[in-house]
Amino acid sequence: MGYTESDLEKDLEGKEYEYGFVSDFDTDRIENGLNEDVIRLISSKREEPEWLLEFRLKAYRHWLTMYEPDWAHVKYDKPDFQAISYYSAPKPKKELKSLDEVDPELLEMYKKLGISVDEQKRMNGIAIDVVVDSVSVATTFKKTLLEKGIIFMSFSEAVKEYPDLVQEYLGSVVPAADNYYAALNSAVFTDGSFCYIPKGVRCPMELSTYFRINEAGTGQFERTLIVADEGSYVSYLEGCTAPARDENQLHAAVVEIMVKKEAEVKYSTVQNWFPGDAEGKGGVYNFVTKRAMCEGYKSKVSWTQVETGSAVTWKYPSCVLKGDYSEGEFYSVAVTANHQMADTGSKMIHLGKNSKSVIISKGISAGVSENSYRGLVQVHKNAINSRNFSQCDSLLLGDKCGAHTFPYIEVKNKSSQVEHEATTSKIGEDQIFYCQQRGISEEKAISLIVNGYAREVLNQLPMEFAAEAQKLLAITLEGSVG
Amino acid sequence: MSTPIISIKNLHAEVEGHKILKGFNLDINPGEIHAIMGPNGTGKSTLASVIAGKDEYEVTEGEVIFNGKNILELDPDERAAEGVFLAFQYPVEIPGVSNTNFMKAAVNNIREYHGEDPLKAKDFLKLMKEKQELVELKGRLANRSVNEGFSGGEKKRNEIFQMAMLDPKLAILDETDSGLDIDALKIVANGVNQLHTKENSFLVITHYQRLLDHIIPDFVHVMYDGKIVKTGDKNLALELEEKGYDWLK
Ligand SMILES: Nc1ncnc2c1ncn2[C@@H]1O[C@H](COP(=O)(O)OP(=O)(O)OP(=O)(O)O)[C@@H](O)[C@H]1O
Ligand SMILES: [Mg+2]
Repeated sequence: MGYTESDLEKDLEGKEYEYGFVSDFDTDRIENGLNEDVIRLISSKREEPEWLLEFRLKAYRHWLTMYEPDWAHVKYDKPDFQAISYYSAPKPKKELKSLDEVDPELLEMYKKLGISVDEQKRMNGIAIDVVVDSVSVATTFKKTLLEKGIIFMSFSEAVKEYPDLVQEYLGSVVPAADNYYAALNSAVFTDGSFCYIPKGVRCPMELSTYFRINEAGTGQFERTLIVADEGSYVSYLEGCTAPARDENQLHAAVVEIMVKKEAEVKYSTVQNWFPGDAEGKGGVYNFVTKRAMCEGYKSKVSWTQVETGSAVTWKYPSCVLKGDYSEGEFYSVAVTANHQMADTGSKMIHLGKNSKSVIISKGISAGVSENSYRGLVQVHKNAINSRNFSQCDSLLLGDKCGAHTFPYIEVKNKSSQVEHEATTSKIGEDQIFYCQQRGISEEKAISLIVNGYAREVLNQLPMEFAAEAQKLLAITLEGSVG
Repeated sequence: MSTPIISIKNLHAEVEGHKILKGFNLDINPGEIHAIMGPNGTGKSTLASVIAGKDEYEVTEGEVIFNGKNILELDPDERAAEGVFLAFQYPVEIPGVSNTNFMKAAVNNIREYHGEDPLKAKDFLKLMKEKQELVELKGRLANRSVNEGFSGGEKKRNEIFQMAMLDPKLAILDETDSGLDIDALKIVANGVNQLHTKENSFLVITHYQRLLDHIIPDFVHVMYDGKIVKTGDKNLALELEEKGYDWLK
């Protein structure tokens, strides 16, 4: 008898977060606006080496020549880049004395998510021992990891402690000039995570980092760099379960993953930033560039994402399958409710022989939201005997929402096989009634049906993440039917 | 004379403006088995849906008292928790939701309704096993999604399995015998008979007398144009088999 969905749910209740946060307590903030001086200031405040400043400036100069992309199936007010402060060290938003002062709606959400009281306090800046922090993420497991030679630290620490490693790989998978938002990120990124797994090492635990958005009006430009050396393995979790109640906020992260010969990286995300209110006001703009380079023979990367938050999402975790027999996987559940808009999918670039990729995308749209899958499968001439399978399903709740599929397929040799399947279905009144007739409430029925629909993707997530994701799906869709 | 488990009085119901139930009356006492027969489209499934609480059917007149409560005011899941079970004529598929999880949600929601703690995993699994044996679906259900890819006969047996799991006071079987081979028919009938107690009642909707050879009804009703036009004992079913419905119209 396996561990079931409900077991997972049980376990999540009362579950405490296992990873804490530590921050260096620096409280200044650069004035709004962006120019070369600001970039120099960021770099000097962070005591960065010259090469990194050069990297930033080059990216910035390139960014100035670029235009904001408008091909995605989303509509939003373009961010005013001069109205953003590009550096802000952490400070608790308001000095709250107890949880009684926190927005009751938010508390209700925490409760549903099973977030512990301690963590709730933490998130609202109540506890003084640990502070939510956009500058650095450290983990209590650092020592254990170091014994295995695994490096897992904030990006800024890594720049200081392992400058050569960082310099070697920064921008090697996502070049500074890759796209508009990647260029912006390269110019102004504040912090993020760095991870290096040495040759032949299997990382014994899931590496986890929680991104949070703190200050209203502060753009978030996280930078993550993961290097898996030959024959290594790591499972990496990026998550944020609690929604932040902020102004429209731009979030333009870059995640680069370098996967060497016979190495494997599993990267899982649960994304739940503030989606805006029911009228579509507020919410996070999530414009992320995520790419993995499967560089060598049998390199493998697997992206799994559960996207429930953000007002606008623009995100295509991709795999460059350069090595022969390399493999890329993309499993995605993207939920949009109310006025949310998501344009998400994956790119699989087959360069190596016998390379293999899988795309499983499950879109769920409710309210008046727009949910698009956009995917590119490109098989180059030399990538003989390559294979791709893509499946893109859309589930509609109600009849005012939109689901769209934009698959792009380019195959340049005859021995490769690319398969694409797509379905669109509506959540059935009959299914809900069937559940209700068995004593299951309407809300629980929707959650069951939606989780069933997304099962293939949820199964890819590590256990504790899967439970969180299930709850998120249910909460996001609350009140969407009937 | 005991109080009826369900008492339906002058029930009128319509869907999208079509009047379908037109003054339906029926009392079922605890422990009784009633059969309803009648031509296609006379409203048998509609009656079942109205009792179970399907949204799209609007009750315009009449009452349904179940176990002393006016259940027309309850949500479908509350009616289920009160002890109404409907074995669907066309059971739906729920992809990705295992039978185990589905039944666990059902059983525990109903327990919660009655202020009881959820069943312990061990006890729940034991119950699952026991009831699967009852319909000879042992080992074929647990890890498969609800009804997904099931054959017609398996779906019907799954309905009886679910009924056994939930132990309802009143089970309405809507053409559960349709599409069953002879062996499956016996399995289903056997399941029903094992669950039949002095307290548990059944309302069996069928077109075929052969089911009633295995599940012996106390009463047979003929439904026509939204109401009962004739009531008899099990011999009425035989008579209908022979003469059809025309003589009753
Ligand atoms: N949702 C609906 N919308 C419109 N008409 C409906 C709906 N549901 C039922 N009807 C109509 O109501 C009438 C009764 O249907 P019902 O399914 O109750 O019949 P039945 O007695 O169960 O028939 P059968 O023996 O074929 O199962 C039919 O004419 C049917 O077309
Ligand atoms: Mg019918």
